[in-house]
Amino acid sequence: MASELKIRVNDRQWSITSSPDTPLLYVLADELELNGPRFGCGLAQCGSCSVLVDGVERRSCVTPVSAVVGKSVTTLEGLPAWYAKRNGLATAPNLHPVQQAFIDEQAIQCGYCYNGMTIKAAELISQKPRATGAEIRAAMNGHLCRCGTYPRIAKAIERAARQIAEARK
Amino acid sequence: MKTFPRRDLLKAGGSLLIGLAVAWKAGGQASDYVAFATGPDQPDMKELDTWLAIHADNTATIFIGFTELGQGCSTALLQIAAEELDLEMTQVKTERLETHRTPNQGGTVSSASVARGGPKIRAAAAEARQALLKMASARLKAPLEVLVVSKGIVSISGDPKRSLPYGALVGDKAFHLPFTGMAPVKNPGDYKLVGTRIPRNDVPEKASGKYVHMQHVRLPGMLHGRVVRPRGQSAYGAGAKILSVDEGSIKDIPDVQVLRKGDFLGVVAPRQWDAVRAAQKLKVTWDTKPSLPGSTGIHEQMRAAKTMDSVLLETGDVSVLDRARHVVRQTYKGPYQAHAPFGPNCAIADVKSNAVVVTCSTQNIYETRRKIGEITGIPVENVTIRYFEGSGTYGHSCYDDVAQAAAILSQLARKPVRVQFMRWDEIGWDNYGPAHLADIRASADENGQLVAYECHGWQHTWSVTETSQQLALGTGPAETPGTGAQGLNPVNLGSMYVIPNRKLVNHRVPGIQGYLKGSFLRSPLDLSFAFASEQTIDELAYLAGLDPYEFRLRNMKDERWLAVLNAVAKAANWKPRSAGWRPSGHGQGIALGTHFSSYAAAVAEIEVDRSTGKIVAKHMYGALDAGLAVNPGFLENQISGQLVQATSRMLKEEVTFNQTRVTSLDWNTYPILRFEECPEVTPIVVQRLNEKYSGGGEEVLSPAAAALANALFDATGIRLREYPLTPERVRVALRVVA
Repeated sequence: MASELKIRVNDRQWSITSSPDTPLLYVLADELELNGPRFGCGLAQCGSCSVLVDGVERRSCVTPVSAVVGKSVTTLEGLPAWYAKRNGLATAPNLHPVQQAFIDEQAIQCGYCYNGMTIKAAELISQKPRATGAEIRAAMNGHLCRCGTYPRIAKAIERAARQIAEARK
Repeated sequence: MKTFPRRDLLKAGGSLLIGLAVAWKAGGQASDYVAFATGPDQPDMKELDTWLAIHADNTATIFIGFTELGQGCSTALLQIAAEELDLEMTQVKTERLETHRTPNQGGTVSSASVARGGPKIRAAAAEARQALLKMASARLKAPLEVLVVSKGIVSISGDPKRSLPYGALVGDKAFHLPFTGMAPVKNPGDYKLVGTRIPRNDVPEKASGKYVHMQHVRLPGMLHGRVVRPRGQSAYGAGAKILSVDEGSIKDIPDVQVLRKGDFLGVVAPRQWDAVRAAQKLKVTWDTKPSLPGSTGIHEQMRAAKTMDSVLLETGDVSVLDRARHVVRQTYKGPYQAHAPFGPNCAIADVKSNAVVVTCSTQNIYETRRKIGEITGIPVENVTIRYFEGSGTYGHSCYDDVAQAAAILSQLARKPVRVQFMRWDEIGWDNYGPAHLADIRASADENGQLVAYECHGWQHTWSVTETSQQLALGTGPAETPGTGAQGLNPVNLGSMYVIPNRKLVNHRVPGIQGYLKGSFLRSPLDLSFAFASEQTIDELAYLAGLDPYEFRLRNMKDERWLAVLNAVAKAANWKPRSAGWRPSGHGQGIALGTHFSSYAAAVAEIEVDRSTGKIVAKHMYGALDAGLAVNPGFLENQISGQLVQATSRMLKEEVTFNQTRVTSLDWNTYPILRFEECPEVTPIVVQRLNEKYSGGGEEVLSPAAAALANALFDATGIRLREYPLTPERVRVALRVVA
């Protein structure tokens, strides 16, 4: 059942053949073959599938693809370019500062939750560049991690926020 | 009688399944039951070429039989290899695990990748270096004694111009040498790489999103499959019997095929969403009968069961127990807990008429090969298992079940099929960490010296038939055979203390009728053991009027146990409990524990809200001695993760079920610790350059869990004998005291 939806993902226009009720996650994973958003629960409980829709974190597992028509979707793959655009950088860095901070803190274990952690942290810093530790924990509370890497995630987000603030000086 | 496994042969599907584990020795360290699936077409472990290859570009590939699970073993084992070969980290790489290609080192279990894999890699690398030096000696016409190696370039000491790179000596050709394991290895004092904090090799791609998890693997022409099962398992022995399937119920979903083999039911479709919604919408009538006691009745059922009993350990005479000054006697209960990997398991199978390739996230590729052979009827030599890391699984989650499901569906559909479990499949059909019941009594004299200790434990062991196979082939449910069965762990039941009279009795519950599927969950059963044992020790300390840290010190002799206890107490700035102590709502707890190898201790600092009963873990400290720490940074990350996971398991996690089926099916009904509930963590690594490597992936869980329970007493004056320590349980206990 071919639909003729057009959606904008990572600053590119895509023609979609999935039915309009298909959750955005399956379109991104199977039609666009993107590896950032990934299935965790299908119930919007864990944050594994998060993407940015017009700069706001959304759970792609419960968002019908038809709901993002006319909007701009950013996945993990498009995050450095999204960051560059918002901050008026001429070229996109290889990694969003949050991604770099996750490497610097060696925060990651299995890494499966890091799509959602990265997307949510990028959204948070874009909205609240000087988020306190408590604000970071509150913002991230809807994202689960089974490996128990929360403490290093929090540290990495603080590190990234600091670096972004310093870069702006 | 000792019932710990020695060697156990089980004829299975044309290949042998051999369980190997070290017999437990009094005062020593043991290991888990490890399945080594033997069979044809495995690399010869006695050939040097099985372990590594030297390439013309002066790099090396190390073949590792252990799976990267985010713990860092693929980097740590390369550190060991590069160290012995005198290569840089940039000159070594490893290869994806695959049957026929990578060595069979059993499962990546028991925190054994470095403990069991490290010595082999070290020996193989040392032997390769020795062989390379002999070749260089001949080519350079110089005696071995004058040769030195740096970055894989062999040169003559004092004459660096006369040199040859490894690549020129053997480059991309096989050594054709036997692996004897006899080559001398480096002195740890000379290490340049081992013991340092080299960053993990998998982290950059995991951060960038380029890392290919199993869930990202795509095969051209594959179909998407989902299993169709009741929401939540019934008793292991009950399986799931289909009465009728109404295919008309999904006729509005295009291109879906309903596939069935026995009571195994699934759907496949070219589009994933069609498979997902078809599996949810398909109307199936299941033969549902009550088969379970319900989560609140499980422990009484275990106590009443006709058990297989064995005395695991008996020293001295525990009949003196009750004559001592201070005596405690209590019953402790632990729940079933789930692996609950964050991303449900996924596998792709491509079954042809007489061959099959399965990509999956198994922790044991050769054992999975045996299971795929059984389910497809294809000879194991024609079964290829390729490993891709999934989401952190922490033991035997549904990775084999999903691999078998993919194989069944691919065989029926005659196409490659990718199956990913839904959240409710993964949590609802897991092989849970079994529930546990302990009767424990212990005593101490007027000086605070332990006199006697006796523990009786009830639990069932591991289920071995995967659900897909049970449903599809009607294979009977079975448990790990007697000598391989998991029982009480003596190491975690008092072995860290000097106790003159001690007795441990295992009551093995038959776990097929009336119980859930069980298997190894990170640090199997140890949380339950430490929860019981370390609260008992704490209680004796209280009765003896001693600070719990001081009481432990008085009853310990082993220098390695003492070192971790002192390290963690120091890091936590432990404040001895004063004579005038009153519960203040703020508490600190201390405990010892491990899995089998290694030594660990933890301190928990908590706050308790007396009105809600909610425990807030403020700060967790964990000290670990895992022998020679190849990469202290990785161990710190493991300790931190364990401190958080232990908090989750002790405060929140419990698989619930009614008399028909499991009711924990998602993150609302099986809650785990969230970001805002997460304590601060302080990991401490006790480095032991001259000791053997031992495990670091699970050993801090049990002391951390027990430290939380002890902190609850310090904060409130109450003790809970059953976990998780939920607000409701705390509230009820506080009300009783009031």
